[in-house]
Formats: sequence, structure tokens, C-alpha cells
Amino acid sequence: MKTGAKILIEALQREGVDTIFGYPGGSVLPIYDELYDSSIRHILVRHEQAAAHAADGYARASGRVGVCLATSGPGACNLVTGIATAYMDSVPIVALTGQVPTGMLGNDAFQESDITGITMPITKHNYLVKDASDVGRVVREAFYIARTGRPGPVLIDLPKDISTDQVYAETPIPDSISLRGYQPTYRGHVRQIDKALDMIAQAERPLIYAGGGVIHSNGSQELVEFAERTAIPVTTTLMGLGCIPGDHPLNLGMLGMHGTQYANYAVTECDLLIGVGVRFDDRVTGKIDTFAPNATIVHIDIDPAEISKNKRVDIPIVGDVKTVLQTMLERMQKAGRTENWLNRIATWKQNHPLRYRDDDCLRPQYIIQQLSDLLRGDGIIVSEVGQNQMWTALYYCFKKPRTWITSGGLGTMGYGFPAAMGVHYARPDEPVFDIAGDGSFQMNIQELGTVAHNRIPVKVVVLNNMYLGMVRQWQELFYNRRYAYTELPPVDFVKIADAYGVDGIRVDAKDGVREALEAALEADGPFVLDFRIEREENVFPMVPAGAAINEMIGVHQP
Amino acid sequence: MKSHTLSVLVENRAGVLSRVAGMFSRRGFNIESLAVGTCEEPEMSRITIVVNGDDSQVEQVIKQANKLIDVIKVSDLTGRESVERELALIKVAAEAGTSRAEIMQIADIFRAQIVDVGSKTLVLQVAGDTGKIDALEKLLRQYGIKELVRTGKIAILRGAKTVKSAK
Ligand SMILES: Cc1ncc(C[n+]2csc(CCOP(=O)(O)OP(=O)(O)O)c2C)c(N)n1
Repeated sequence: MKTGAKILIEALQREGVDTIFGYPGGSVLPIYDELYDSSIRHILVRHEQAAAHAADGYARASGRVGVCLATSGPGACNLVTGIATAYMDSVPIVALTGQVPTGMLGNDAFQESDITGITMPITKHNYLVKDASDVGRVVREAFYIARTGRPGPVLIDLPKDISTDQVYAETPIPDSISLRGYQPTYRGHVRQIDKALDMIAQAERPLIYAGGGVIHSNGSQELVEFAERTAIPVTTTLMGLGCIPGDHPLNLGMLGMHGTQYANYAVTECDLLIGVGVRFDDRVTGKIDTFAPNATIVHIDIDPAEISKNKRVDIPIVGDVKTVLQTMLERMQKAGRTENWLNRIATWKQNHPLRYRDDDCLRPQYIIQQLSDLLRGDGIIVSEVGQNQMWTALYYCFKKPRTWITSGGLGTMGYGFPAAMGVHYARPDEPVFDIAGDGSFQMNIQELGTVAHNRIPVKVVVLNNMYLGMVRQWQELFYNRRYAYTELPPVDFVKIADAYGVDGIRVDAKDGVREALEAALEADGPFVLDFRIEREENVFPMVPAGAAINEMIGVHQP
Repeated sequence: MKSHTLSVLVENRAGVLSRVAGMFSRRGFNIESLAVGTCEEPEMSRITIVVNGDDSQVEQVIKQANKLIDVIKVSDLTGRESVERELALIKVAAEAGTSRAEIMQIADIFRAQIVDVGSKTLVLQVAGDTGKIDALEKLLRQYGIKELVRTGKIAILRGAKTVKSAK
């Protein structure tokens, strides 16, 4: 005879859960009581949003399912932004929430909120458990659904009586799961694959457009091999950075709104576009009609609903990216000839490199380059949202998959710092840096308490411009420099860190950058670096909203 | 833009209707009609949904519906040989006298049944495709329709073909 709470903890252990990020409250007291004696480590955050982001960071860095736990009502509602963030970027997390006892459901009881209703549009699936003997099966299914197919968040809502009820006969938990309404396709259709290979052999100007799906499927090695064997250049989305080394000769960097000039030109000129684990998001395509206007489009993705959602696809291949690429590598007979195309791209690269004014001022791009140089591809970089995110995406040289963790689809300010905590528990031997703006950092700055408490060695690099920089940039460019409510008064982040018992340094000049970064890296515990950067630095290149992606502003024409 | 009739086979579980209906409205579809009930498999239900949209929009929403874990299968019956039916209950003003006889005659022509007779009203029950019910409603309007209740449309393929789960 066991309680529902006990069954829950055992089921989590069976799934290999070693860490839970959570925050207690009335309806989860029985779960916390069980957790207290278990082998699972619990990290007490300072706000439930951070628990969800930490679980998400854990999942992205490891490829395993991240877990967070919150009480009913306000606790569950505080998870919502984190769940939506994970949903938009297809990240496997399981969120556990307490709920009022089953007998009180629907009565507006104290701390009741309909969290399964609230999260229906932002979860891959969710459960409201109404019988304690179901707990084991539900946990099994939830983890299976979260990590398979196109991954995503799953929520399990557990009324308090479900946790306390004694279960005499547990429903046996099946080893393998088969859900008749959920049968992901992993192998690509061979005829479609051969058709794509034919196109590749004929193409003169082919281009690979790779995204987060490559990283989720652990298919980076196959992608690079495929690119090398076919001599096809690769541009990646924000989510795909790291799937090919940043310094690989075939890599063109990021495309889209803040893409490199040469990547955006290549998309516009290519005659064959091979989308791999991507979703033709509007931040990537710009004006959709002018995106890859001359190209035949091949699209490899595990989610059939992404095929032809935004852009008509000529050759769809539904399947797991890694598996499909393996099949393509096996079946490939001849590659096309791309020398001329590669030469053309090399000229673009030479004539339109990424550039910024590298003078005596303290500029954010320089800080990112210094960090890139210091870590040399080791370590994991997390970011917040805004200019800080884009400068990092453009100027950091990512060498490996799962070393770049950022909120892409939802663009959640405040994501980075708590996500970085989760990254640390997934990959404890890697240095973890959160690149932040002063606005974003203040959205979850309370987590200084968590990193101090647990000595989590996350290093926060604040690119402090005393503005909501990215919004200010749009105001500068499109709203006549009317900086409506985007200025932030200066904050002394070193003092705040100090109040929590976290070390920090403030840097005002360029010559202090390297030393400060080294100090942070060498410190055993958490560290905050407050870089007072050029306040009105912008992110360029930039494609104005609604324009074609080859119509960039802030670029230099030779 | 045209009307599509979708037959959606789902797990018979709490909340499944709101998952399906919510997804349609979230993706910008107006549900014109919806009917749900149990079916030949005890653990499943069948939802018939009528939506308006161009073919590529409807194809997208079908794919999204298929992604719901509790959805087993979605079929678009539009343009396929199928039988479609709605049921309507219509309460018509019918003072004892001439109109009563006329209404009963109309009911007869439409093969509608009189299922309730009151001193001032009659209730007609009619089954048929949307057009037939619309036509009857139009004819009865002159007598004064006090209340009208229509079910959503249900539909089934003709012949041996079925909308079933793959397994
Ligand atoms: C939670 C949330 N609120 C608002 C926004 C809109 N937004 C996008 S970027 C940005 C400014 C970010 O400022 P900061 O964190 O200081 O970074 P910077 O752009 O200056 O690097 C804002 C407000 C958002 N992405 N997320």
C-alpha cells in the first residue's frame, strides 16, 4: 500500500529524474514530504517561472526531460510563461502541479486554477489525474510524449487527495508505450528521399537551412557530414546555431531578420533550399513571397503540420532529422557541382563581413568576441532576449550543439538566468555564461538567491545599456527616436549581487574586459559582470519587419 | 473558401471536446456546426465538425488536429460519397383552425413528424441534409416559429469505407 505521492516519486525515479526545480505550497505538501527522503535533488527557486525555465535549460543542455514542480493556483500560473517558452522551442519538460482536492474541483476553492485548461494551448499534452492508481501510468506517458516525436512540454495536475490517497493495487506500468492517437513518423519516405537526392545532384546553387530540429534529434554530425559530402553551404536559424561549427568553411551563420548579409543573399539566390528541422518562421523568412524566390524547396521535419504551413514545399520528407540524414547519406550516389556557387558566396563573405565599430569604446560585440576567444568552444552560453541575444548569436563562435541555449520562438525576457541554472545541473562540468541585458536580468534577478544558496557557478554577463535596448533600437529606426518608456535608470548590479552574497565586478572600459571575464571564469561560484556598454549601439544587419530578407539596413556597401 | 465536413475520431475522455474545439478556434477557424457522440468502439467518440476555409487552411488544421494526443484520426469527408444528416425540432404557432391542417400537410411532404401537440403549438421533428431543413424552416416561418433547435451535422461514408483508427 502506497500513497499517490510515493508512487509519483518512484515513477519519476524510474524515468531517471535526478533533479527537480520547484517551489512548495499547500497542495503539494504530500509530494514535498516524499521528495524529502528521496534520492532526487530538489532545487528551491525564488519564483516558479524560474523553475520552468531551469527545467527547460536542463533539457536543452542534456537532451533529457527537465522537471519542475509548483503548487496549485498562483504556483501553477507562475509556470505558464516557462511552459509556453518550452512549447514554442519544442523542449521536453514535465511540469508537475498541485491542485485542490478532487471533491473541490470547480468550486473556486482556495488556490484553485484550471491549469490544464490554461495550458491546453501551450502544452503538447496535459493530464488532470483523478485516480491515484493512474499516477504511475500517467508519469510514464507524460515523459514518453515529452521526449518523443516533436518534443514539448507536458503538464500533470495532481489534486491533493490524489497525493495522499492510499493505493492498494497500482495499475501495472507498461515498459513500452503505444498510444493510438500518437504515432510519430521517424523514417523518411524513401521515394521522397531519392527525389531530394536527385534534386541535389542537379542543383547549381543549393543551400541548407538548418534549425533547432537538428539539435533536438542529435543530428549535427550527420548534418555536417551531409554538407561536406555534397559541398552545400549551411545557414542556421537562431535555434540551429551550433549544429555546424561556427568556423566551418561551409557555415554562413544565421539567416533572417538579424542574419548575416551573405546568408540572406544566399537564400535569395539559391535554386534549391533544403530546410532541415526548421519551421519557416517569420523572423527567418521576412516577407514570405520573396523568401527563396527561385528555389525548389525540400523540407525535412518530424512534424507533418510544419510542411507547407508558411511556404509551399516541393519535396516534403517527414521524419526524424538524424534518421533521415543517415538514410540520405546511405543512398546518395552523386553530389552536384557547387564550386561556382561557393566562390560566389566566398565573395559575398569577403565583401560583406559582419562588422562593428571597433574603437576605444566599450562595445558589446567586442565583449562577446572576447568571451568566445576565452572559452574556445568549451562551455555553454545562455542568453536573455533582445540585443544581447542577437549580438551573441552573431559574434560568438559556437562549435558544438547544445552549447547555445536561448528562447527563440517566444522570446522570453528573463529566461536566460534561470535556464542557466538548469544547464549547470545538466552539465555540471561546463562553465555556464548567461549573456543578459539590464532589462532581462531584472525580470528574474531574484534567482541570485538560488545561485547563492546552492553555489551554482553561473556567470552573468550584463550588457548594461540602461535601455530596453532592442525596443529602443526599433524606436530609433522606426519611431523617430522617440524613446517611449524604454530607458532604465542605472542599477548597481554588483551591489545587488553582493547583497545576495554573490561576487561581481563592474567594467566601464574596453581594456578591463578580458581580465573581468577571466575572473568570472576562474571564480568557483556564481559571478555577475556589469559591463557599462555604449548605450545606443545597434544590432546590424537588420531586415525591417515585412521586408524581403535581402533588403537589409545598417549594412556597408563596398 | 468552402465548407468542409470533418469526421474526427477521438478518445472518449474528459476534456477532449474542449481540446479539439479550442484548437480550431485558436487557429482562426469558426466552427459552423459540431456534433459529438459515442460510436462503435466503446472507448472512442466521434466528432463531426463543419468548418469553412480554403483547402490549404483546412489541410493545416487537420494536421494540427492529428497532433492532439487524444485524436485518433481525422478525415475530410468533403467531396466524398457520404450521407449527411441533421435533426431539427421546430415549435410552430398553430391555433386550432386552418393553419394547423396546413402545417400538418407541410410536415407530411417533408416527412417530418409531429412529436408534440399543444393547444397553441405543434412541435415538428425533421431529419435530413442542411438544405432540406432550411427549406422546411422557410416554409414554416409564415405561421410563426416559436423555437427552433438543430443538432450539428453528422456524416458517414457510403459503401464499405469507414473512418477508423489505423489499428
Ligand atoms: C517578457 C517580455 N516582455 C517584453 C518583451 C519585449 N522585448 C523584446 S526585447 C526587449 C528589450 C530587452 O531589453 P534588455 O534586456 O535590457 O536587453 P537589450 O536589448 O538592451 O540587450 C523587450 C522589452 C519580451 N521579449 N519579453
